[in-house]
Amino acid sequence: MSVPAVRAKRRGPVPYIVLVGFAAIAVLMVGPFVLVAMNSVKSKTDFAAHGGLSLPSSVDFGSFRTFWSTVGFGNALTNSVLISGSVAVLAVVVSVFNAYAIGIGRVKGRLWILGIFLLGNLLPQEALVYPLYDLAKRVGLYDDILSVIIVFTVIQAAFGTYLLSSVLSTFPTEVLEAARLDGAGLWRILWRIVVPICRPTIGVMLTLFFIWTWNEFFIPMVLLPSSENQTVSVSIATTQGQHMVDITMQAASSMLAIIPAVVFFLLFQRTLTRGVAVGAVK
Amino acid sequence: MPMSETTMPAPARAPGSTAAAPRRGIRRHDSLALYLVPGAVLFAAVILVPMGMNVWYSLHQWYGVGPMTWVGLRNYTQLFHDATFWASFEHQVGLVLAMAVVPTVIGLVLAAGLFDYIGGRFGARATSILRACIYVPQVMPLAVMGVVWGWILNPQIGVLNGLLKDVGLGSLQHDWLGDPHTALYTVMAVMVWVQIGFPLVIFMAGMQRIDPSLHEAAEVDGAGWWQRFFRITVPIMRPETYVVLLMTTIGALKSFAAIYTLTQGGPGTSTDVPSYYSYANFFETTKVGYGAAIATVMTVITIVVTLVLLRLQSRRQEVQD
Repeated sequence: MSVPAVRAKRRGPVPYIVLVGFAAIAVLMVGPFVLVAMNSVKSKTDFAAHGGLSLPSSVDFGSFRTFWSTVGFGNALTNSVLISGSVAVLAVVVSVFNAYAIGIGRVKGRLWILGIFLLGNLLPQEALVYPLYDLAKRVGLYDDILSVIIVFTVIQAAFGTYLLSSVLSTFPTEVLEAARLDGAGLWRILWRIVVPICRPTIGVMLTLFFIWTWNEFFIPMVLLPSSENQTVSVSIATTQGQHMVDITMQAASSMLAIIPAVVFFLLFQRTLTRGVAVGAVK
Repeated sequence: MPMSETTMPAPARAPGSTAAAPRRGIRRHDSLALYLVPGAVLFAAVILVPMGMNVWYSLHQWYGVGPMTWVGLRNYTQLFHDATFWASFEHQVGLVLAMAVVPTVIGLVLAAGLFDYIGGRFGARATSILRACIYVPQVMPLAVMGVVWGWILNPQIGVLNGLLKDVGLGSLQHDWLGDPHTALYTVMAVMVWVQIGFPLVIFMAGMQRIDPSLHEAAEVDGAGWWQRFFRITVPIMRPETYVVLLMTTIGALKSFAAIYTLTQGGPGTSTDVPSYYSYANFFETTKVGYGAAIATVMTVITIVVTLVLLRLQSRRQEVQD
């Protein structure tokens, strides 16, 4: 649309009223984060004197420091990065293997297999949580982040298998047959041809799996009870109301959980919006 | 997706003769099925076996330690007469409304507004900034969103009540999450806020499929914005609508983190949902068999809802084809 056409369409007050309406919605969406950010750097006395809505009179990181050390937040951050990173990579590998067999190998009953895999992703977690808790105790992985890594590798790979199989089922088989005629084995074909061609989808999957795993709460909370093994979400949520009496420290702790999410959002924004279109985010 | 199954060995073909050949897998390589083994073993260990164990628990009376006593379907009959369960189920329906239905409707309207109204008048930059703002809560951990809103809604020192007082509406100050009459609605409002960005982004991506000349022609014929929205946008967005409804409904069934951080099901049982109720049975009252029965019922409901929505979607497509 040309610039004059845009101008012509903006005639009258209505477009501006609509714009203001949208801006108000945007403020409503972002406002809570701004409030949390503002109060997280307030000192307790500043909050007591001016309440939650005033700008901080000076920037004070005391709440952050206190929270970080009482909860051992460094640990939680390391655990979350370790868990989410491992799950993203492992789940992609498992998905690639599964999809190679289902999408290209076209094993018998593949629609059923895909349906069952998808079930693993849709299932309410309360149906798995007690047996997983029980099994983890029996094999000695209770309160060990490895248990959470294994569980989410499978849950994310269930979705990844579904996504990647449908991508691979449209794979041009001529390419594969040519490679076979040249004497390439299945293993070589997988890594030299299939994986490179799927790279964009794999990129989206890595990002989604990382963020989804980062955001998980129920199963990590149950499987990782001790504070040195907890993830970010769990440590923020479970310390709420324990030693968290004052409100600025609550804001600081929420801020510590929000910052990584914002960083991912900015880092992966383009992949994310593409990924939403590809697979539909939970 | 069309898939043709060919079991015959692929004939050796001369280069260039592939054009009309039917698509087929790399013959039928049993060795390719081997690639399914690690995934299948892991899947069995983490999903299928635990699912079976959960059903097994649900047929017993068990306190997590000690012997399990077989009770058959007694947990299920008890569940059927359990007012707390039915209440939690009603709250779950409320959450489906707040996390699936309402966000889908509002998301579709907002997406259309941003895509062709704002986009056409104020440019792509304004559109993408507004879209990003609305999407932000979607990238955050749900548990943390619960903590943030719990903080805002805190009855003594929370920011919302402070804000109400500052703008002269002090009489509206309220313990939003602490009053059984408002707790569920408050949770629902928070969930709408959390969810809205997801349908918005999906619908805005889908709207790129719409041929702009459709809207232009309708506009020339004198159709207003809402008329074009209902006659053009809504029908074309039908496939996205099904996907969004499916994903958000399943999301609503996984709202444990939000309930845990906002209300822990309370006050009383006024915001209890089945996932939280089963958690409480597992780990608080250690009635493992009963908790497992709740979880099994929710599994069945999830599967039924999914199949119904998928069936609706595919029937719709058949009609269109």
